[in-house]
Amino acid sequence: MQGDAQSLQLPDTDRRSRGYFYLSLRRLSRKKLSMACLTIIVILYGSGIFAPVVAPYGYNEQNLSIAKEGPSLGHPLGTDRLGRDLLSRVMFSLRTTVIITVTSLVTGALIIGVTLGLIAGYFGRMADGIIMRVGEVTSAFPDIFLVLIIVATVKPRILQWVRGFEDATGIDWIIRLGIVDYTVISLALAAFSWFGMARLVRGQVLQARENQYVEAARAMGSSTRRILGKHLLPNVISPVIVSVSAGLGAVAGAEVVLSWLGIGIQPPTPSLGVMIFENGNISVLRSDPHLTLVPSSVLVLLLFTFSLLGDGLNDAFNPRAR
Amino acid sequence: MATYIARRLLWVPVLLLIVSFITFALGRFGPGDPVQILLGQNFREDAYERIRKQQGLDDNIAVQYARYIGNTLRGDFGESYQYRGRSVTDLLKNKIWISAQLNFAALLISISLGVAAGLFAALKQGSWWDSAMVAFTLVGQSMHVFLTIPIALLIFSLKLQWLPTHGWDGFFSTSIILPALVLGIPGVAIVTRLTRASTLDVIGQDYIRTARAKGLPERLVRVRHILRNSLIPVVTTLGFSLAGLASGSFIVELYFGIPGVGLLTIESLFSRDYPIIMAVTLLGTTLFVLANLIVDLVYPVLDPRIRLGGDFVAG
Repeated sequence: MQGDAQSLQLPDTDRRSRGYFYLSLRRLSRKKLSMACLTIIVILYGSGIFAPVVAPYGYNEQNLSIAKEGPSLGHPLGTDRLGRDLLSRVMFSLRTTVIITVTSLVTGALIIGVTLGLIAGYFGRMADGIIMRVGEVTSAFPDIFLVLIIVATVKPRILQWVRGFEDATGIDWIIRLGIVDYTVISLALAAFSWFGMARLVRGQVLQARENQYVEAARAMGSSTRRILGKHLLPNVISPVIVSVSAGLGAVAGAEVVLSWLGIGIQPPTPSLGVMIFENGNISVLRSDPHLTLVPSSVLVLLLFTFSLLGDGLNDAFNPRAR
Repeated sequence: MATYIARRLLWVPVLLLIVSFITFALGRFGPGDPVQILLGQNFREDAYERIRKQQGLDDNIAVQYARYIGNTLRGDFGESYQYRGRSVTDLLKNKIWISAQLNFAALLISISLGVAAGLFAALKQGSWWDSAMVAFTLVGQSMHVFLTIPIALLIFSLKLQWLPTHGWDGFFSTSIILPALVLGIPGVAIVTRLTRASTLDVIGQDYIRTARAKGLPERLVRVRHILRNSLIPVVTTLGFSLAGLASGSFIVELYFGIPGVGLLTIESLFSRDYPIIMAVTLLGTTLFVLANLIVDLVYPVLDPRIRLGGDFVAG
């Protein structure tokens, strides 16, 4: 009895919420498949974040004498038609994936989505109406069409402005480092992904705000911000975690599609989409299939592990839903 | 219920107006002068001015937008910039027909393979076949066309040389097989999972035991009682998959050089052919919104526990 205090529902709210989180994570850690997925994601993201340190070559380091070679000791995944090391390019592409997924998810889903969802669910009426109608408009575009149009029309304009700014100030690294690409694509993807999260949080809040402890908190004179942050947010956090895992996969896939089309990340900045495009034609496929298959497989591995981890998280955080 | 449907239906045109305005404004904001696209590289000043006036590009953007909407309501989407002298409606008609055939073929593959695989997995629950199908549904859903296309091409076109690598010769030809297959694979996984889950649900019901107990042949039990009931949730998700299919479709069209809507849209995006982009956005959005609406309306009919109306939750 004493030793198993964690699983008891203690009356103290602070302890209880920590216990719920702890229990969920412990449930997750017992799932071998989920832990395997988590490990793969950590490796992929880690090699992206630390690409400049761990990648054996630079992403643009050419050596035409060893072009289009198969896997070897020096180049574990082979080289492309310019003799660039494929492994290093995949690692640097993953850095792009990390930057895009994290920024667009943090801004779009977490900051905008959760905040607007809380507001819509708690205040209702006007706020709810406006937020949900705006969201319906952004999600009415089929698939990633909104992102496609925003990136295709807005990015050239912003590039123009930044070029003017660079000429005027003498700074020359904004475009070269791909900062414009990263920013525009992340924001466009954020516009595409916030609404799913907002709708989810709103639904949760609609249920949670009817609880007596919310009424009690209001009766005790808690501020609205305290009720939202202290009483409602912890209640909606577990579905948020689950949908973040699914959302990361969707955003990563969308970036690859944009870059493949040529309106996303511009070469020489590496991206899985750019790599798939560069090596996508039939003659490369005939002679060196690994040049396409390696980046595509990494993409599918990423999507696959995110979706499996999402399932695992769902089971761990909503055990009653089964 | 009636007010709910009315409210949802009334919202659709408003939604389309807003969506079209966003696209219109983005098109005007984006790079590229429509007149220059129309005239090409070499043009004279007076021709430029004449065309500009003729197209009404000197007017206020609100006036231009109002004129566009007016024309659209009469079914006139304007003229394409890149294909001079061809109306958008005329151009799109062919392309939509091609894309529709491709998507229909993919859907056919998704449903026929998915329902069969899911049904067998459920009937043989716990066998190796069942486990294999469950594993497939997990992997298949994440199978991006970027991986399935090169693999399919490698095996069927380059190694075995059975199927062409690209091109389009209509619905009844070998060139449709590969694109429809790669487009259909994620759908197969989804339909398999759904069918398996709902079949398992139905098998446990009392009326199945009753049917068996009264001595019906097993084949009849399976077809009439199990299959028919387990297909209900599968049918409802068709709306979603119809809308979802379109997304992978433009990648497939580009890869295989199929002259459908996807290819035209991407072409137009690059050549700043805004009349086509506008038309595709409007049609796509209408289709997408209506598909979601239908799914939302069909759900409560099939599952009376879902209540509509009280809370305006739009898809």
